[in-house]
Formats: sequence, structure tokens, C-alpha cells
Amino acid sequence: MSNRPQIMLSCGFFLVLFGVLIGYLGYFVATSEQEMINNSYNSRQEILLSRNYRGTIYSRDGEVLAETVLDEEQNETRVYPYANLFSHVVGYSTQGRMGVEALANYYLINTNTSLSNKAANDVAGLKNPGDNVYTTLDTKIQQVADDQMGIYRGAIVVTEVSTGKVLAMVSHPNFDPNEIQDIWDSLVENDTSSILLNRATQGLYPPGSTFKIVTALEYIRENPTNYQQYSFQCPGYFISGDSRINCYHGASHGQVDFARSFAKSCNSSFANIGMGLDWESFEETLKDLLFHEELPLSLAYAKSSTAVSSKMTVDDMMQTSIGQGKTQITPMHLNMITCAIANNGVLMKPYFVERVTNDAGDVVKSFKPDAYGRLMTEEEAKVLSDLMVEVVENGTASKLSGQSYTAAGKTGSAEYNNVKGDSHAWFTGFAPADDPEVCVTIIIEGAGSGGDYAVPIARRIFDAYFGEK
Amino acid sequence: MREYVTELSKYFINVCMIVYTLNCLLLLTGGRSNIRSINIVQKILIFLVQLMCFTDLVLVSGDVQYVFFYAFVQIFLIAAMVMVSLIYERANQLLLNNMCMLAGTGLCMISRLSFNKAVKQYIIILLSLIISLFIPYLLSRIHFLKKITWLYAAVGIGLLSIVLVLGETSYGAKISFSLGGISFQPSEFVKILFIFFLAGALWEKYSFARVALTAVIAGIHVIVLVVSTDLGSAVIFFAGYVFVVFTATRNYLYLLCGAVGGSGAACVAYRLFGHVRTRVLAWRNPWNYIDDQGYQITQSLFAIGSGSWFGMGLLKGNPKAIPKVDADFIFSSICEELGVIFGICLILIMLSCFVMMMQTAIQIRDRFYQLIVYGIGIMYIFQIFLTVGGGVKFIPLTGVTLPFISYGGSSVMTTMLMFFIIQGIYIRLQQEGDRHGGRGKAAPKYVEEVRSEQSDRTEQTKR
Repeated sequence: MSNRPQIMLSCGFFLVLFGVLIGYLGYFVATSEQEMINNSYNSRQEILLSRNYRGTIYSRDGEVLAETVLDEEQNETRVYPYANLFSHVVGYSTQGRMGVEALANYYLINTNTSLSNKAANDVAGLKNPGDNVYTTLDTKIQQVADDQMGIYRGAIVVTEVSTGKVLAMVSHPNFDPNEIQDIWDSLVENDTSSILLNRATQGLYPPGSTFKIVTALEYIRENPTNYQQYSFQCPGYFISGDSRINCYHGASHGQVDFARSFAKSCNSSFANIGMGLDWESFEETLKDLLFHEELPLSLAYAKSSTAVSSKMTVDDMMQTSIGQGKTQITPMHLNMITCAIANNGVLMKPYFVERVTNDAGDVVKSFKPDAYGRLMTEEEAKVLSDLMVEVVENGTASKLSGQSYTAAGKTGSAEYNNVKGDSHAWFTGFAPADDPEVCVTIIIEGAGSGGDYAVPIARRIFDAYFGEK
Repeated sequence: MREYVTELSKYFINVCMIVYTLNCLLLLTGGRSNIRSINIVQKILIFLVQLMCFTDLVLVSGDVQYVFFYAFVQIFLIAAMVMVSLIYERANQLLLNNMCMLAGTGLCMISRLSFNKAVKQYIIILLSLIISLFIPYLLSRIHFLKKITWLYAAVGIGLLSIVLVLGETSYGAKISFSLGGISFQPSEFVKILFIFFLAGALWEKYSFARVALTAVIAGIHVIVLVVSTDLGSAVIFFAGYVFVVFTATRNYLYLLCGAVGGSGAACVAYRLFGHVRTRVLAWRNPWNYIDDQGYQITQSLFAIGSGSWFGMGLLKGNPKAIPKVDADFIFSSICEELGVIFGICLILIMLSCFVMMMQTAIQIRDRFYQLIVYGIGIMYIFQIFLTVGGGVKFIPLTGVTLPFISYGGSSVMTTMLMFFIIQGIYIRLQQEGDRHGGRGKAAPKYVEEVRSEQSDRTEQTKR
């Protein structure tokens, strides 16, 4: 009896097995090369750096943000012409890496210079120039945002709505990356002010009233047909059981409907709304908006969190619906949610690097806008957008009204301790409202109300953006 | 100049490898292509790849010793090609070429990692060739091979037990012992004995009682290996046993039993042995244990990832960052410096050896020799799967060598012996075919064409 079938089967089995293995290997190489090179445990980085010197980082308007300068003895110095201005977002590369220096490290230390250059450098004993990285960052907007922040601590994120390009990212207090080696020890030792922390992506703040965007979305989802019939009589506070919520500075808003509750940022009304919400469904909405989830972001970031669960106390429910309590969010995350509202519900992945070129300026790789996905329906985005226009026209962000552009947004005054008046000033919004181009998110630590402190800054950034165009 | 050569040779080497691999596939599928010219093209490509790799080594290192080593390696390759073809004109050229390609690549890579080790390896490879050249002849002369079934098992288990008692522990496994300053790894040589034992025990009778009896003896092999914590070999022996029983009995149930039993044994090993758990842990999430248990595998992944498709170029990477790179992780170092394309070509070349062995096995009527060819093929390919799969994190690490390429005298000698055993059986098959008038029904086209070419040649000489 022939055992040909058995041998054929064995042969086929191993052919399939190796087919899968080769596929796996190919997939690994195609997808993980950068990640492998960038890992700090990989000694090949040093090998590349011993052959190439780091490439230059440019702003989108062609200004040098970081470059390696060689002296006569070929000693390398990393120079940051804008000093403190881009400290967090461009980052540094000598004490570990941060910012664009970290996320574009692979391109900066690899070279695509011509073979003749390589050969000439090899003969002359010189290093090859690493590839250059053109970022999406705009020096003028970054400068305006930084100036507006002044001596306050906080963060500002400015992004382009239709693409996800990050135009500016400010985090205060900042540092001078040119001196990173000298100041490193003091920065690390004296970390009470967390200077090295990029507050825009890693700073977790109570969202305060900006979170009413989320609560409002959930309410609309639960009451798609009759949310406009909502009505509430605001005496300046809301009590349920032993818990009490006050409106900002105890102001009573009188008779409010849904849009007015949002525009006036009425805490009492939103606590009332929160008491009627289905918290299991709320968990789903939070998930849609990437709370407790990984963000599509290439910089180091912190995950936003809430206390939402089906076993919440009454107090938790009330606090959460107005963005206080255990809720924490990063300015970047809030910016992404706002961008999605502005972009008909679709979130574009935020990105920092537009293209990579070799030393002769030939494009090695270019990055296209990439949609992350839909966070909400187009109708929901439209409703929220209209609510946010009302905030500017007839609500807490009225300092933005009457401009050449129509803005939309939401303010917040997030209380971070129980002493009265201590609150972070928030604003998140976009303009123009009917065809959004730019999205701004601002937090000023301990400044006071968002309407008084954050909104004027947003106006100057919008002015700078539209003035520049 | 130097930069031009090393940069361009990277791509040239990969192109040569791809063409070589395609030729392997052509040889396997037969077709109408001219086998003799393919064979010559392959031989030229072997020398081209060697020339470029060693040129890179010499240029980048500036070290003249590579020139001498290159010369010696070429002497070996030429000797292997010429001697085998002279002594055995019916030898399988695909297996011969692939052996040269793999061994040549291995020597080149080992010399890049450690020159001294490469010299040692070279001597062993040369010695192995000399011994192996006798094997086809011996196979045709010795007629008692089928009669000493139990002796294979006794000697095999004996050798493995010696290691267990006297062995040196290296990296937590007792796998070798020293004799006169030379370190042996008997589990390698016992593979051959084990296959001969299985073939001897199952070629004639394959009743359930027979299978159960061989199961006990194979089990002893495996258990001794497990106790020596040589898990990689244990798995290879086990797989070899299951597949040989399956093909000898033609009973699919045994394959199923093997799969179930193997899974069960794996679970038991996972519970019993700490080092098995460590490896599974390091496989599932090496990044969490990057400093200790996951260090080897993450360094291996770094090497492959940094090398990418075309490699960093010889001597331009850092493969020595991987512990035990010259034995268990040589595949990763090849991917790093010569490129993943090169690595995939190597896998395909080894696969073509395997397929050639299976094709040969199908034609053999003598069940004893058939099971030997089949068993060797299975153990060979399974070992490759373990080491390549482990190095790329496809499966947990088992710590076995890559046949013909890894550093390790016992490993390379065993592989060469196996290849020449197959050559011997292959040659016998050709001669039988001739006696039956060259019309073996099951003969693949490759065999037939070689035959017709040879008869052409004889005709020409007659004229």
C-alpha cells in the first residue's frame, strides 16, 4: 500500500506552517521597524548616530526649530533657535527624548543622502546628514499662544479641523531645551512644578463645564426627539438627598431650556439632567469619545478618566455631569472631541510631522491626513455645534462674539479645591462655526472663570489665525 | 569607493539570493526547464554571494584575515561540489547546492560574529564532509541496517543518559559533555539513530502493539531529554515520532493522538517546569520583561526590525547584542545585516530541501529507507520551524540551532550526515530506476530529466 497521501499531507502541513511564519515575519518587519529602532533598549540607535548626525526639524513655515550644528572639530551641538517657545512639543534629544525629537527620531537619525555624498563622507571620515523633518507647527500661532499664556501655568492646543494637523501646542511652565543638560538635574529634583510634563497631552485636569458637551451629547442620545422640550427652574443650586450643587458664584439662572442651560453653563440644570441619565449608556458614550481609551496620538499622553459606572453615588452622578468630581481630562483629548464636533463627528488623527526630506530636499516620506473614525453622528455633531454657537452668541463666551468670524465653543471654570474662587479657566472651541477650520483648546491654571480668562486668549489666537491667512 | 561597494552589494546579494531561490523552485516543479543550466546558475550564484559577502567583510573591517578565510571557505565549497559529483554522479544536485549555500552563508556569518569560532566551525565542516562522502557508499554495502533496530535505541538512549549524568550545564540545560577538550552534543547525533530505530521498528509491522512498543522507547528518549532540560530536542524527537508513526501506519488517528498528547504534554511541562513558564511568559509579552526573561527575544526582534528588508550591511549592525546569537539566533543576525529578504530566501531554500526529501520519499518502495528519508525530512524542517519561529516571536523559544548555519559542531555534522544519508538513498533509487529500465512511474520529472540527460551524454560519448 502506498503512503503517498500521508507524505503529501505532511509536506503540505509544513508548507502551510512556513507560509504563515513567513507572513508573520513580513508583517512584523513592515509594521514594526520604527518601533524597534526607537526603543531605548535597542543599541542600534547609537550605531546610526555614530554614522549620521541628527537631521533638522522645521516648522510648517520653514523656520528651523531644532538643528545640529557642527564645529570645526565635527563636535555636534543640538540648537533650538526658539529656545523656550517649543520646549515641550519639539522636545529634546539628549536626556532621553521628548516631543517631535522622540516621535520622529527614526527619520532624524537615518539618512537618505545620495550615495555619492555617502561615499565622499566615508572617504573624508565625516558623518552623513540625517533626514529633515517638516512639522505642522506654526511659529506665529505658537508665539501668540505662548504670549497670551504669560506667567500663568497651563496649556494651549491649536489644531486644523479638517486634517488633524497640530498648529501649536504650548505648555507652561516651560524650559530652554538648549540648556537641557545643565538644568536637567534641577528639573528632575525640583519636580513640584512638573516643568518637564507636557501639560497639553499629559496634564490631567478636571474638565469643569467643558464636560457639559459630553453630558449634553448623552442627553441628546437618550432623548433624541424631545430634548428641546427640556425645561428647568434654576434657583442657583440643586439638591438631591444630602448632595448639593451650586451654580458658578451662586448665580440663579431662572427658567432655562436645554440650549440656555448649556449656553449659561447652568450647573443646577445639568445636575438635574445628570440625575435622569442612564449611566450604562453614558459609559458607552464615554467610550465613543475615548475616555479610558488609548488616543490616536504619537506623543506621550495620559488617559482621561471618569467615575462613571452603574454603581455611582448620587453625589458622583451630580459632580460628574458638571465635569467635577473624579473626572479628569487632558487638554489634547478635549481638543480632539471638539475637533470631531467641528468635523461633522469624524475625528482626524492629530499629527505633527508633515513630511521627511533628505539633505537635498527630496521628499522621503510624506504624511497624509488620516481619519480615526466617527465619534458621533453627523446630526449629533450639528446639535452640539449649534449649542456651542449659542455659548458664544448669548452665553459665557460672549467675549468672542461680534468678530469677523463666527466662533463656537464651551467655557469651563473647573474648581480644583474647595476654597472658593480657585478654578482653572477652560475654553474649547472652533471657528468659523459654519465651516470650521481651526480648533483651540485652552486651560489656564488657577486663573478664574473660563469666560473671563480663557475666552479672550482664544479670540487672539483666532485673530492670529484668520489674520495670517 | 568602499561605501559604493558595500551599499550596492547589499542589494546585489539580495537579488542573487532571490534568483537562487527561484531556481530552487524551478528545480522542484520540474517543468521543461533545463536542469543542467539551472544547476550551473545556482553554483555561480553561490560563489557570487560568497564573494560579495566576504568583500563587504574585508572592506568594512579592513581585516586581511577575512581574505584567507574566504579562500578556505571557497576551497571547501569547490571540494564539496567536485568531490560529490565525481564520486556520485547521480547525487541530488539541489540538495548539494543548497547544502553549499547554507553552509557557506553560515560560515560567513559566524566569521563576522566571532572569527575564532568560525575557524573551529570550518574544521568541523570539512571533517564532516570527509566522513559524509563515505556514507552513500557504505549505505550500498551494508545490509544489516534493518536488523539492528533495538541497538539503535539502546545506543541512543545510552548516549543521552551519559549527558544526563556527566553533562555540563549551559544556559540551564544539560546538553553537552566534553571528551578530550572537544564538546559534544549527543542529542544531535542521536536524532539519526532515532530515525533508524523508528524506521527499523515500523517498516514491516505496524500493529497497535508495535506502535505502543515504539511509543515506550521513543518516550524514554523524550523523557531523558526533558530531564536534561533540552526541551527543543525533546519536541523535535516527539514530532519526528508522531509523523513517522503516522506515515508508517497510514492511520490518521495517530496524528490526532500525537497532537492531543503533545498539547497535553506541553501543559504538563508548563506546570512542572519553571523555565518553560518563563519562556511562555517571555513569548507572550517580552516587552514587560525586557530586562531579564524577555531580553533575548526583544534583542532578536530589535535586530530583525532594525535590519528591515535589505539589512544594515555586514558589520554595520549590532547582532552581538543578542545572547547566544551564533547558535540559537543566527537567523536574527542574518536578517539584521543581510536583510529579511535574505532571511526569507534562506527559509525557502531550506523548505525546498524538505520538499525534495518528501518527493524522494514518495518514490521509494523499500519502506525502511522511505521512512528514514521521511523522518529525517520531518526532523530537519521541524527544527528550522522551532528556531526561526522562536527568533521572530512566532512561538516560544526552544533554543535549537539552525541546521547548517548555526555555530555548533555536533549540529552541523549531524545535518551533513543526514543529507548524505538521503543522498545515498537517492542514488540507490536512481540505480534501481535504471535497472527497471528508467521508467519508474512515480519518478518526478526532475529525476527523469536527469536520467535522459545522462543517457544523452552516454550516447554522445558512444558517437
